[in-house]
Amino acid sequence: MTDMLVVDLSRWQFAITAMYHFIFVPLTLGLSLLMAIMESVYVMTGREIWRKATLFWGTLFGVNFAMGVATGIVMEFQFGMNWSYYSHYVGDVFGAPLAIEGLMAFFLEASFIGLFFFGWERLSKLGHLAVTWLVALGANFSALWILIANGWMQNPVGATFNPDTMRMEVTDFMAVIFNPVAQAKFVHTVSAGYLCGAVFILAISALYLARGKHVELARRSLVVAASFGLASALSVVVLGDESGYVATEHQKMKIAAMEAAYHTEPAPAPWTLLAIPGADGEPAFSISIPWVGGLITTRSFDKQLPGISELVEHAQTRIRSGMIAYGALQDIRGGSDTPEARATFGDHWADLGYGLLLKKYRDDVQNATDEQIASAAQDTVPSVWPLFWTFRIMMGLGFYFIAFFGLWFYRASRGWIDTNKGLLWFSVCMLPLPWVAIESGWFIAEFGRQPWVVEGVLPTFYAASGLKVSDLVISLGFFTTLYSILFVVMVILMRRIVRAGPKDKLLPGGEDDEDFVIAALPANAATKEMGS
Amino acid sequence: MSTIPLDYETLRLIWWLLLGLLLIGFAIMGGRDLGVGALLPFAARTDEERRVLINLVGPTWEGNQVWLVVGGGSIFAAFPPLYAVSFSGFYLAMIVILLALILRPAGFKFRGKIEDARWRTTWDWVLFVGGMVPALIMGVAMGNVLLGAPFHLDASMRIFYTGNFFQLLMPFALLAGLVSLGMIVTQGAAVIAGRTEGILAERARRYGIWAGLATILLFGLGGVWVGFMDGHVITSSLDPHAPTNPLAKSVELVRGGWLGNYRLYPWMMAGPAIGMAGMALAVLALWARRRLPALLASSAGIFGIVSTAGLSLFPFLLPSSSMPNAGLTLWDATSSPMTLFIMLLVAGFFLPIIVLYTGWVFRVMRGTVSTESLGKNPNAY
Repeated sequence: MTDMLVVDLSRWQFAITAMYHFIFVPLTLGLSLLMAIMESVYVMTGREIWRKATLFWGTLFGVNFAMGVATGIVMEFQFGMNWSYYSHYVGDVFGAPLAIEGLMAFFLEASFIGLFFFGWERLSKLGHLAVTWLVALGANFSALWILIANGWMQNPVGATFNPDTMRMEVTDFMAVIFNPVAQAKFVHTVSAGYLCGAVFILAISALYLARGKHVELARRSLVVAASFGLASALSVVVLGDESGYVATEHQKMKIAAMEAAYHTEPAPAPWTLLAIPGADGEPAFSISIPWVGGLITTRSFDKQLPGISELVEHAQTRIRSGMIAYGALQDIRGGSDTPEARATFGDHWADLGYGLLLKKYRDDVQNATDEQIASAAQDTVPSVWPLFWTFRIMMGLGFYFIAFFGLWFYRASRGWIDTNKGLLWFSVCMLPLPWVAIESGWFIAEFGRQPWVVEGVLPTFYAASGLKVSDLVISLGFFTTLYSILFVVMVILMRRIVRAGPKDKLLPGGEDDEDFVIAALPANAATKEMGS
Repeated sequence: MSTIPLDYETLRLIWWLLLGLLLIGFAIMGGRDLGVGALLPFAARTDEERRVLINLVGPTWEGNQVWLVVGGGSIFAAFPPLYAVSFSGFYLAMIVILLALILRPAGFKFRGKIEDARWRTTWDWVLFVGGMVPALIMGVAMGNVLLGAPFHLDASMRIFYTGNFFQLLMPFALLAGLVSLGMIVTQGAAVIAGRTEGILAERARRYGIWAGLATILLFGLGGVWVGFMDGHVITSSLDPHAPTNPLAKSVELVRGGWLGNYRLYPWMMAGPAIGMAGMALAVLALWARRRLPALLASSAGIFGIVSTAGLSLFPFLLPSSSMPNAGLTLWDATSSPMTLFIMLLVAGFFLPIIVLYTGWVFRVMRGTVSTESLGKNPNAY
């Protein structure tokens, strides 16, 4: 049977590497598009300041992009390394969007990123602009295919289990691509990335304005970030609501856990703003807003939002059906491959995953006892309170960003940009917040899907590789150490680039033809700091 | 299934060829940057010289690495059992490769941002390790594939790998690692000799000649060694149209079995022949200071050497040493016909486009790189 410590360590490793990777991805999404917008303004107006802005934000983008590339390859390899049964079980479906991401998106992005940095003097203005847009396009396509892959883990459409190969296989690839969960997640996630880029540029521009440095570049960047940020904040909230609505249909348990809805409420259900868990884990005290819960989750007055206890009961039914499927599968693969066994399996295969939940308790799933079935059904409930709170943090931040960017948009349209020092410093402090919201979002998506790695199809514990604990201790140790060091180095570098600020003349070949590196980072200052 | 215009056997064969193409693509394109990295501390000794080499591959290494990303993704999509067994079985070797690949981008991007001798030397060694280690380990992994990996499968297709990291370091596998390192260093040397001037080009030329000669020698030695090694031969009939199930066949170990294909299909001798001839021509071209021919010949050599591994194994992808009939072959370790067909459409559409724009990027960045040319670029590393 599966070593649960290996499973837990594998989950920790995946969570750490995925969340670390997603520090860089949203900034890549947002900055690439913002750079493309700024360079477009440069090409249209011919004003050097916009080119300078593109180059300056591009330098920060480059550092961030390198980290994204470095951590992204870990993500791709990890499925096979740590989740080999998953890879076998769903590779026929899940592998395709990953491979397409490489062919269609990442190749585009990675091939042109070099020209973005090295092509300024070798390409025409329009040629370089095209390169920048292709980088941004590549980044966005990349997100699309990754979210199609992730969307399938949340809502596994267009595939069926093949008893001959013992795995899920594609039956309708269009359904996989146009999976409503994937589409809702894609637009929500890229909007979050745009918002992240906008906050990044706004915060650093505010820092410059508060210090009275690089004012021309900072004012312009801030205006672009404020308007782009407002649009992104609005869409991230609206599309997040869409994503939640779609989940109501396909992932009822996740929604119930996010809402700490232990019992089905009469429709339209209230929405719990805040709650304090009692000794039994259920809310002991809560502040609720009547009707809102039912309205946002079901978009109706009469549809009920099922509670956790009802969903657990329903899971029991599916587990019993899954036991029949498992028994039939054993017959098919074990020598008594009769038409009757195939027919039974055909009737129950959709619940096979529920049957596999019992693998935690016994190997011969088809003979499980009532207690074991009850335990397995209880396992379908994710940890409620971490989800309840991270969801409220994410959503609160979403609304907060609408107000924040709304304020800046209003002030920018009035020309009140650098008049309020306090507001500028306050805006600098906003820098970490998009990441808090974004990482919370992924936590809800992935932790909220537990105990499943593929919702209803494959339990997480059953998907792990049969590695040794020592393997995982070594790899986890390596990843956490290396990632921590790189993160510190990256932050130091970014701070230096920001402190040095944009160079006054970035046009090579002019009178100011010194090396950017030397100009950006005074050699003596750098040496002093490194030596101390 | 009737909607798929190609039969399963054909699809499987095409995907085997495509997988070879992608891996060879990485060996040739990614090999440029790995090779330059492996030569960095030796071919370039001053900061200025090292900056020239780093900026030589700087604009294109990211795109070149995608061949590996797509190679990995395609194994996942088209050969899920191979992806599952190889990545989890060679776990710690994969971790070592990943460490190198995590540090490499940081090396390129971070090194030039601070002008301090210790800072830059540190990243120089990172770039060296980041180039040398993957080149070596990928070869060691290939050697282990020829030796067979100690894994078995149960009835539910769960994988049990019974080896450990140190068992990967068998003499034959180390030899394969050195062949891989040799060919990649030759490639890197050809890139440097082709696009730099003066002392840099001269040093690279010398390293390239020695690396090329070593590759030829070690590759030949490997060929002789394989003749005395056990190869796997399928002894049951294997239906190339059957649903994926590696356990449905029986396999026997035969001494020198990996050379059997060359008797069955003499045209396959083209693989090792191109490998040998390519490397020999690369050595000659480097010696004669013929820049472009050296790079083309060394790329052809890589094509031949990697092909040789694939052709010798055919139809195996990853044989098992502990349960030979669980060994994965291209006939029993693929995705469904539907997925293979969809992925063929996608790859068939995008690969030519990728080749076109990659060619354009290289054209834009053509020309020699020197200390003078670096001074002009504000974005140089």
